[in-house]
Amino acid sequence: MAPESSVVEVTLESDLKNVEVAEEITLRVANTAGFGEDDQNRIEMAVHESMINAIWHGNKNDSSKNVWLRFQIYCDRLEIRIRDQGSGFDPQHIPNPLESENLLNVSGRGIFLIRSFMDEFRVEHVNGMGTEVTMVKRLNSGIQPKPEGGVDREHESHNTNS
Amino acid sequence: MSMKATIRIVDGVTVVDVSGRITLGEGCTQLRELIRDQLGKGNKNILLNVADVTYIDSSGIGELVSGFTGVARQGGALKLLNLTKKVHDLLQITKLYTVFDVHDDEAKAISSFAKAPSA
Repeated sequence: MAPESSVVEVTLESDLKNVEVAEEITLRVANTAGFGEDDQNRIEMAVHESMINAIWHGNKNDSSKNVWLRFQIYCDRLEIRIRDQGSGFDPQHIPNPLESENLLNVSGRGIFLIRSFMDEFRVEHVNGMGTEVTMVKRLNSGIQPKPEGGVDREHESHNTNS
Repeated sequence: MSMKATIRIVDGVTVVDVSGRITLGEGCTQLRELIRDQLGKGNKNILLNVADVTYIDSSGIGELVSGFTGVARQGGALKLLNLTKKVHDLLQITKLYTVFDVHDDEAKAISSFAKAPSA
C-alpha cells in the first residue's frame, strides 16, 4: 500500500498579484509538511520564481489565462507542480549565471535559484495543456543551496513529447 | 507590500533606505527609476540600505546588478548596506557577494566612498 499523502490544488488567474497568494499557500503547505523556516523560505522562493516564469514568460502576462498549482505532501517530501498555458522552454539552454561572462547579466537567475533551493526540478510540455514544472523538496535532505545551482541532474528532464 | 525608499544625503553620499519587496514589477521599476533619478541629479555615490527589504527575487537581484553597472558607467559607485540573511544568502549563491561592495556599518560605508576616485 502506498504511503498516504495529502494534496492541495489551486488555480490562479495569471496576474503578478497572485504570486504573493501562491507564496502564502506555499508557506502554509511547507509548514504543514514539516519543513523548518529556512527550507520554507527556499521552497517559497522556488514557487515565486516558477510563478513569475508561468505568468510572465509562459502566459505572457495574459490575465485570461491561468496558472495551476498542485502541492502533494508525502511523508518524506513535498512535490509541487506548476502549470501554465504557454509553449514551454528548455532549461538546458539557459546560460549559467555563474559564468564570468554572465555574472553581471540583469536576468537569467530564476531557474538557477529554483535548482539551488529544490532537490529535483523537471520541465514538461504537456500537449494541448501548457508547460508543467515539477519541483521536489525532501524532508531532512540536509541539502543546502549550492553556488553551482544545486541541480540534481539525474532528476532533471525536459520532455516535449508527453 | 511594495517597495518604499527614503533618501538621505550624508557627506555627499546618497543613502537610500529601502524597505519592502524588490520583485518583478512595481518594486524593480521603483528601484530602477530611483537610481536613474539620482544619477540625473548628479548623485553618483549611492549606498543602498537594504536592512528592511523583506523579499528580493531574481529580478530584484538583476535590478541591483543593473544599478551597480549603470552607476559605475557614470563614474560613481553603488554599494550595499545591512544585508539581511536572505539577501546575503542570495548574493552568495549567485556569486555576486564579491561583486558588490557590502557594508554593515553606515559610517564606514560612507567613508569608503571618499577613498575611491569617483565623480
